[in-house]
Amino acid sequence: MSGDYDVIVTGAGMVGAAIGYGLARMNLRVLLLDGADTDYRAAKANFGLVWAHGKGFGHPAYQRLSIEAVQAWPDFAQQLEADSGVTLAYERNGGLHFCMGDYELNARAVRMNAWHGQTPELPPTTQVLDRGELLRRFPALRLGREVAGASLGELDGHVNPLRLLAAMQTAFVRLGGCLEGNRAVTGINALPGGGFEVVAGGYKALGQRVVIAAGLGSAALGRMVGLNVPLRPQRGQLMVTERLTPMLPIPASGLRQTGEGTIMIGVTQEEVGYDLATTSDGAVRMARRALRILPDLARAKIVRQWACLRVMTPDGNPVYASSRTHPGADIATCHSGVTLASFHAGPYAKSLVGGALPVALHTFHHERFNVQQAA
Amino acid sequence: MFSKLHDTTRSLLTVYVDGAPVYAERGETVAALLLRQRAPASRTNPVCGSPRAPFCMMGVCFDCLTIVDGVASTQSCLVTVQEGMHVERQFGRRSVAS
Repeated sequence: MSGDYDVIVTGAGMVGAAIGYGLARMNLRVLLLDGADTDYRAAKANFGLVWAHGKGFGHPAYQRLSIEAVQAWPDFAQQLEADSGVTLAYERNGGLHFCMGDYELNARAVRMNAWHGQTPELPPTTQVLDRGELLRRFPALRLGREVAGASLGELDGHVNPLRLLAAMQTAFVRLGGCLEGNRAVTGINALPGGGFEVVAGGYKALGQRVVIAAGLGSAALGRMVGLNVPLRPQRGQLMVTERLTPMLPIPASGLRQTGEGTIMIGVTQEEVGYDLATTSDGAVRMARRALRILPDLARAKIVRQWACLRVMTPDGNPVYASSRTHPGADIATCHSGVTLASFHAGPYAKSLVGGALPVALHTFHHERFNVQQAA
Repeated sequence: MFSKLHDTTRSLLTVYVDGAPVYAERGETVAALLLRQRAPASRTNPVCGSPRAPFCMMGVCFDCLTIVDGVASTQSCLVTVQEGMHVERQFGRRSVAS
């Protein structure tokens, strides 16, 4: 059967919307099914970093993927702004990872060397700056006394994540894609002769292929088509200040100033299950760290603190896999939906049309979690 | 723009708005006082620069942010006037550099 759609993407968050947008650019008939507003949505608390430096430590393939994604971001952003009419507030002027004290700075230098050593074929894209060099490059920075320096990722940057999601959904619809809200998928049935029936309560749609990108909901949906991906929620809290005059020229891990002047302070990594509560303990830890970097923040007002649940695999790396038992079904999940948006809308969407994931992605199959079972 | 319906000549306080003395009534909020001024704007929007005046009067909209006795970004609809209080309109983004 041909189905009503070439591809049905379950999930219209940061990952699903990027895949849907990429598929729609290739003139496919695509249905993007979004859940309810109150569903767990990792994209509610995206920090907005477009970031490679340090990612994929111990996992060179993820490191390569992250570097390729940030390198593709300028063209991706330009195309997306043209397709959507939405400005993204994307900047790529580098990103900092601050270090407290010489011990931390030295340890960071060792770690970044090892990180580069994983991919000897790639030119280095990071530097370690001591405090003097940091202040020479960014004279307006009023750093805390303890800051000994920082590692600088030259390819890194940041974007307004709310605009990014809105832009991808808008561009998807403009390109002829069909976006349905309040359609949390409850069933995926393989049809005899190929194709899938995707069910969301009383709603049904037929598609030749299906891509599961439903965040934490992907675990249950994956099992319906032979894709058993273990996923768990990881809580991340963050806070934002009132709008302030410029005080942080480029983004840092866990601390960035938006184009509007807000300082975002993050983020916690907590294993608390499906619990979206914010805690004063989390606020204290985040604020203390931020104040060690930028003491002036002591006079800023916190406007809001909130939490979301990240989508985590056992090793923290993404999963991209095609079903062996149900050809035509794929799953994509990661916790860096902003950084990897350029990849999801570009090479990943293309590979779906091509019918097979490229060899470079095979290492991201969830089979890697079955090692003990197989041994 | 707004004025009190009743006689406000009795038992008045003096509050300074951008340095100029104005009369205030005991128990009213700073936002209410600002709305009676010739220029009711309490601040400008830190992104687009447009003037903003107190709106919801119940602590929700944050349009009435002003500097009250040196404390910036104060929701003036939640603060009651005091004798000798200094209120300054808040223009643009705050600086927290000392």
